[in-house]
Amino acid sequence: MKISATHATRWKSLLKDIGLTTTLSAILLTVGCKPADETTGDPSSEPIKVGEYASLTGSEAAFGQSSHKGTQLAIDEVNAAGGVLGRQIELITEDNQSKAGESTTIVKKFINRDKVVAVLGEVASSRSLEGAPVCQAAGIPMISPSSTNPKVTETGDYIFRVCFIDPFQGKLLAEFAAKTLKAKKAVILSDVSSAYSVGLAEFFRESFKAAGGEIIAEQRYASRDKDFKAQLTAIKAANPDAICVPGYYTEVGLIVKQARELGITVPIFGGDGWEAPQLIEIAGGAALKNTFYSTHFSPAQDTPMAKKFVEAFKAKYNGEVPDAMAALGYDSALALIEAIKKAGSTEPARLRDALKTTDFTGVTGHTKLDEKRDATKPAVIITTENGAFKFLQTVEP
Amino acid sequence: MSEFLQQLLNGINLGAIYALIALGYTMVYGVLRFINFAHSDVFMVGAFVGFYATQRWGFPFGTIGGGLLVLITAMGLCAGLGMLIEKLAYKPLRGRSTLTVLITAIGVSLLLQNTGQKVFGANPKAFPALFPITQFHFGGLTVSSNQIIVLVVTVILLAALWWVVHRTKIGTAMRAVSFNATAASLVGINNNAVISFTFAIGSALAGAGGILYAMNYPSIDPLMGTLPGLKAFVAAVLGGIGNLPGAALGAMIIGLVETFVAGTGLSTFRDAIAFAILILILLFRPAGLLGTMKTEKV
Repeated sequence: MKISATHATRWKSLLKDIGLTTTLSAILLTVGCKPADETTGDPSSEPIKVGEYASLTGSEAAFGQSSHKGTQLAIDEVNAAGGVLGRQIELITEDNQSKAGESTTIVKKFINRDKVVAVLGEVASSRSLEGAPVCQAAGIPMISPSSTNPKVTETGDYIFRVCFIDPFQGKLLAEFAAKTLKAKKAVILSDVSSAYSVGLAEFFRESFKAAGGEIIAEQRYASRDKDFKAQLTAIKAANPDAICVPGYYTEVGLIVKQARELGITVPIFGGDGWEAPQLIEIAGGAALKNTFYSTHFSPAQDTPMAKKFVEAFKAKYNGEVPDAMAALGYDSALALIEAIKKAGSTEPARLRDALKTTDFTGVTGHTKLDEKRDATKPAVIITTENGAFKFLQTVEP
Repeated sequence: MSEFLQQLLNGINLGAIYALIALGYTMVYGVLRFINFAHSDVFMVGAFVGFYATQRWGFPFGTIGGGLLVLITAMGLCAGLGMLIEKLAYKPLRGRSTLTVLITAIGVSLLLQNTGQKVFGANPKAFPALFPITQFHFGGLTVSSNQIIVLVVTVILLAALWWVVHRTKIGTAMRAVSFNATAASLVGINNNAVISFTFAIGSALAGAGGILYAMNYPSIDPLMGTLPGLKAFVAAVLGGIGNLPGAALGAMIIGLVETFVAGTGLSTFRDAIAFAILILILLFRPAGLLGTMKTEKV
């Protein structure tokens, strides 16, 4: 008994020590950093540090990899041209393994240890929503390349994005279903564990009803589920004209495959979460017949910026053709570079003010942020033909 | 009606795969009285053997013969892996408390998962179509050839297992060790050989389960074993752990309940309800459905 009591007191005093040192070092840090920021902001020749958190491995690895490649390309191009404000940009990339909970830690590390001037990331809305409050609290601007859930930028005035948002995507999918697919009765199969999927399903439901359609059934699943036959059998019994699956490619691939195995032949469609070559690998080309998704960019687009980007991307990454996530990753870095130029400084508050007036032409089109720090942009609809993605049409906002 | 039959078929299919995994849990428990938590990761390795065999080692696939060859290879390698795990991790602990072995099993499970992430990569991989795929339609009912293969393979393996356990010398020895290990060794049974053999059979079934699972849900990753493993474990407990027909029955119940719950729009509760049923059954039958109560010797 006695021994354990001494142990307890020792632990307590140790904990106290740690607590005290943390507070002390925090005070020292704040005292030490404040003047340093003001004096060394611009004239130093040190590289400008930018943090990027991405899902480089795990279930949405294709998104993180693509997005990272695009971002890296933009940074390399600007560095090769002499950098901004006479300084090089150093991109620090960390992998969150597509897992919940990792992004907060990474963003804290960026801000506290690496002292980045801005943060780029993430593709998935759920994970952007983890990083955003940390950036907002620390007053460091964050630019999400391709998180489309409206809540992301609602976090605060330091959070920006360079892509369209889900109310627009939901509306265009609803109109596509109603007009092009001539669907009157639709079914939604959404991922309850993803903010993106739940949000997009909601906007689709509203717009589809407004367009005169009817949602005759709704089914749900969770990320990492493998068996969707039960939900799909119920969907088949409801006999819809089309099925909306606003999920990510790993699950969507399995869903499309199992739907076709059950003899469901109606069109299946979804949003930008579908876009990855793994979708075709998992589902197989035959099953993907009569499926459609909306996204931000197609390499087949005929704009000078897009052409230049596709060429540069292919040259850098052994002929790999960029997808929408790569294009938006590129644009998110461009937006930051433009803002640093405009602000003439890397001071976070001035960067934020410069980002608010973002107005440039990127790979994914003209990018002008509104008062909610969201972009309004055209979307493209892609279909699959003979086991390859094929550009179908552009939808203006 | 056709929706009900279709769901029944989906449920039986899922249950069949759970059964293959559950048998491994229950066999090891029967002989050694501990839960081999690494079993679900042997299942994962089975799926990856299928992936590497077809994509890297140039095994033929897309035909019935090629598919069976891959299946047998995966079963063989998994059997070897199971024996290796037993030899390296559990044998040195023979005679120690069950808790020590149990925690070692969790350690082995984590080791396999993380080695898998390092060796196979953490990203999900697309599993190829091992067997030729066709769809059969019976009225409103759609049956895919994969589902038939799952059922046929499971029934054959279960029958083979029954034959081995009840009609062969080694099976008799297994039952003897399970009944009373000390007495078995007194009458000249080599306990170590029997235990090794049990691990080999259980792991081979898990390997087959991995292949069948990956065939039906062709996206595989090193952590894919966790959830099916947990369900199969629950199935084994539900049916009465240590009891072979019990494990198969429990697996069918879990597969069917899960499928019918998910089909009613309550899909987010599918696991919750499956586990709630386990709790209910254990409240009324603590030894599981087919298990027999044993009084612990003090």
